[in-house]
Amino acid sequence: MAENRHKTLGLSDDEVLDMFRTMLLARKIDERMWLLNRAGKIPFVISCQGQEAAQVGASFALDREKDYALPYYRDMGVVLAFGMTAKDLMLSGFAKAEDPNSGGRQMPGHFGQKKNRIVTGSSPVTTQVPHAVGIALAGKMENKDFVSLVTFGEGSSNQGDFHEGANFAGVHKLPVIFMVENNKYAISVPVSKQLACEKVSDRAIGYGMPGHTVDGNDPLAVYEVVKEAADRGRNGEGPTLVEAVSYRLTPHSSDDDDRTYRERGEVDEAKKKDSIVTFAQYLREQNILTEEKEKALNEELDQLVNEATDYAENAAYAEAESALHYVYEE
Amino acid sequence: MAVISYIQAVTQALKEEMQRDEKVFVLGEDVGKRGGVFRATDGLYEEFGEARVLDTPLAESAIAGVGIGAAMYGMRPVAEMQFADFIMPAVNQIISEAAKTRYRSNNDWSVPMTIRAPYGGGVHGALYHSQSVEALFANQPGLKIVMPSTPYDVKGLLKASIRDNDPVLFFEHKRAYRLIKGEVPDEDYTLPIGKADVKREGSDITVITYGLCVHFALQAAEKLAEEGIEAHVLDLRTVYPLDQEAIIEAASKTGKVLLVTEDNKEGGIISEVSAIISENCLFDLDAPVKRLAGPDIPSMPYAPTMEKYFMMNPDKVEKAMRDLAEF
Amino acid sequence: MGLEKINMPQLGESVTEGTISSWLVQPGDQVNKYDPIAEVMTDKVNAEVPSSFTGTIKELVAQEDDTIEVGELMCYIEVEGAGSTEEAPVEKEVVEVEKSSDSPASSSQSKQNKTAISDDTTSKTRYSPAVMTLAQDNNIDLNQVEGSGRGGRITRKDVEKIIQSGDIPTSASSESDQSENKRSESATAQPSGVQTAEGDIEIPVTGVRKAIAQNMVKSTTEIPHAWMMVEVDVTGLVELRNSVKNQFKEKEGYSLTFFSFFVKAVAQALKEYPQLNSTWAGDKIIQRKAVNLNIAVAKEDELFVPVIKDADEKSIKGIAKDITALASKARQGKLTSKDMEGGTFTVNNTGSFGSVQSMGVINHPQAAILQVESIVKKPVFQDGMFGARDMVNLCLSLDHRVLDGLVAGNFLARVKEILEKMTKDNTSVY
Repeated sequence: MAENRHKTLGLSDDEVLDMFRTMLLARKIDERMWLLNRAGKIPFVISCQGQEAAQVGASFALDREKDYALPYYRDMGVVLAFGMTAKDLMLSGFAKAEDPNSGGRQMPGHFGQKKNRIVTGSSPVTTQVPHAVGIALAGKMENKDFVSLVTFGEGSSNQGDFHEGANFAGVHKLPVIFMVENNKYAISVPVSKQLACEKVSDRAIGYGMPGHTVDGNDPLAVYEVVKEAADRGRNGEGPTLVEAVSYRLTPHSSDDDDRTYRERGEVDEAKKKDSIVTFAQYLREQNILTEEKEKALNEELDQLVNEATDYAENAAYAEAESALHYVYEE
Repeated sequence: MAVISYIQAVTQALKEEMQRDEKVFVLGEDVGKRGGVFRATDGLYEEFGEARVLDTPLAESAIAGVGIGAAMYGMRPVAEMQFADFIMPAVNQIISEAAKTRYRSNNDWSVPMTIRAPYGGGVHGALYHSQSVEALFANQPGLKIVMPSTPYDVKGLLKASIRDNDPVLFFEHKRAYRLIKGEVPDEDYTLPIGKADVKREGSDITVITYGLCVHFALQAAEKLAEEGIEAHVLDLRTVYPLDQEAIIEAASKTGKVLLVTEDNKEGGIISEVSAIISENCLFDLDAPVKRLAGPDIPSMPYAPTMEKYFMMNPDKVEKAMRDLAEF
Repeated sequence: MGLEKINMPQLGESVTEGTISSWLVQPGDQVNKYDPIAEVMTDKVNAEVPSSFTGTIKELVAQEDDTIEVGELMCYIEVEGAGSTEEAPVEKEVVEVEKSSDSPASSSQSKQNKTAISDDTTSKTRYSPAVMTLAQDNNIDLNQVEGSGRGGRITRKDVEKIIQSGDIPTSASSESDQSENKRSESATAQPSGVQTAEGDIEIPVTGVRKAIAQNMVKSTTEIPHAWMMVEVDVTGLVELRNSVKNQFKEKEGYSLTFFSFFVKAVAQALKEYPQLNSTWAGDKIIQRKAVNLNIAVAKEDELFVPVIKDADEKSIKGIAKDITALASKARQGKLTSKDMEGGTFTVNNTGSFGSVQSMGVINHPQAAILQVESIVKKPVFQDGMFGARDMVNLCLSLDHRVLDGLVAGNFLARVKEILEKMTKDNTSVY
């Protein structure tokens, strides 16, 4: 039997199974959304596929009862781990009134849900980075011991808001975990044309914080560094930059055709490292994911996704005139 | 009642709000130990300490963005942009984030933040220390823009801005900081955001303006009164969203309306005021609605000749008022 | 089993059409929901289009290499079980489309009501600077000019037309540029050539008067009217109403009029005879589901016909309340176009003028109008003897294109029956 890595990290069998379940649910919801888009039922999809391990591994390393998440548009794994449901996400896909993210006001992928401390986001990238710093600052001022996790792509690590936010957090030693989900592409532009340095984590030193690059297809590896970063934050040692390297398995969005800028072979190669496959393999080797359990899990999640789809499709849209509400406090 | 300066009213409001509510804190460049380059935060660092009077790195987008994050958490940050001219790197945070947070989250999240910034010319500040930037933000639903003219209004409106549950841009005229003094009550009070204020009653012409120009209009009005011309002066106080009711009432009162700003002419706040008047007051108008504004050049040049040419002053306002009165 | 359509989906934000590169299924193939059925190529993406249903492919309507618009039919699929839930939102949309396609008739009706009612002259003497300037420069007496703007306001165009025509008016015979109701307008608005003698008063036809004239001409020239009358014994109803009216007024604050009982009876009968609650629409007759009753309210020289909405769902009290509210609004000039829209049948209280018989002009485009005449005490021979009874005539005008004597007669008989059964013992106003 292969080495049991999760015990070493202090994770129980149930916890790693729960991690896998969350990853698989994210994947299944995402796949369903593509089908719904191609069937003409929802106008837009933007995917998490290929990044579930990083998203779920990082989230499980946090205290999901008090820490804050500032996800970016691919972070279905993060928001599911923080308490959003399949139904919530489908309601967002169909832009229905009950969508907790925005009540059907924003495109899918623009997450936000205050009760689960998932902070609302927009489309201009990286604006959430200073917000995560502000939330950490507020926590420090109020002597709370939560941390904030902010995620973004490697392309976004070129934006001023990343540098300004990271520097601010470094100067004021704030408990922020900056996690770059490096999926190798910013829409069509490869990482070689995005970064002059070798790794995004090389940038950490400029802001007085440690930087780690980990295998983003390995949820346990991501868990380990994010856990360490969270502990550092809670101990008043300041922020950490984590770079989780994986691969974007889908086109940028439902409006993109990635065959125009990358080779199929490259995608096929990446699929071999897909965490949904490799982490399942690990769990099988540990006898945690038996054939029976796997079948039951698939059936359970398929049903969950079906129910969520049906519910969301039949749910009501917001009243047209409700567009006038909540510009200001009412 | 004590007579204090415009900037002292700013400091007093900040201090009282910080005493009243522990969630209120100040952040910006040089606001801490130095007490602000204009000394608006003078004494706050000593009283409240560095945790609540935060000297930030020199990065405006972070000042706004960190403030937004803290506000979303539930704090009441008061961010200072050292000059309104330097707010540009923070525009994405202000417009894409602060203004839209409540709306985009369907009322789940909100940003109770105030951003203060000194604006305006007449201080030999040249292109990048003289601008009026309000028009850039004045078509962004979700934002409120307050531009007070008197120390009394400064204190009441700054307190109201800090207590407001939505983002407020609070623009202070830097020339007014020490030039304008006035009576301000010692006790706590707030003034309503979104309400204009009649600063002078008159029946011959109506002047609608805001900020330092209110004083130019009032001075000109006193002169014209000696000639028997009585001007009605409306101070907008909040330039976005506008107090339409007060504008319509003031315009209808005399039917002759002069709009004054020190900003450029095209596309400014007063152009919107003019649109409101033309939509609502056609049958009350007795003359074309007139705009008096800076020329449509980028900003105030440094050389005194050119600066004076751009900058508004009581003489320019008086001339335009008389011209309209005679129409 | 039901046949469902699969249409070209929108693939990409700005995409309007897609080309079928290849079909992945053939007629007769069994597919599951979300199974791919075709490869489609658009400007932005190439994608496999999945099936929206589980079922059997029936017919491929679009061919390979066909480029078809988003929303156009790709193929038919035979679906097991009827009324799949998946398509509920689409069905909803269809319902909405039908509703809106239904609206031209109703909107033309409301438009007509609007012109008849809200065409006031409150802005007749509101002159814009442009109009004043033109009038002064060309020496036009604006009192003599007719305005085509809202509220009768004289527009700059009105004045410019007069100047162009070179005919500076000294009387009220000016032309107007109203394009609506050309035919009826020509019948009403053209100078008749009638001579005036000394001492005669000329009253210019404007505003509401003009609108009424146009509508009446339209109704009488377009609708072949037929008439019918029944006599109803409302002794019981009078007794009922008199017994409760004081208490009602005290309790509710407004009067319980006889008219409310008649409106109630008509609404109930219309529900049973929807033929009367309809509209002639050229190649079809539209029977209205809602029973919205116009009532005529006169104010000096103006006539308004506001609507009691869903009268069939209201109690006598509810109707009395509506009548009171609408009449008071009419008197204060506060009726809005919303108050006038959507009427399906008109009840006219001619009895309030003391009339005992009249021939109403149908409120176009409705199919009938009922005139409720005065209640008159009459000796009536009943059960072998004469007795004093409260009698009332109900006069019905009907559109003979829509209705015939039989159904109209049955309807009137039903109204009569309902009214004669309204007595203290069996009728509650609440």
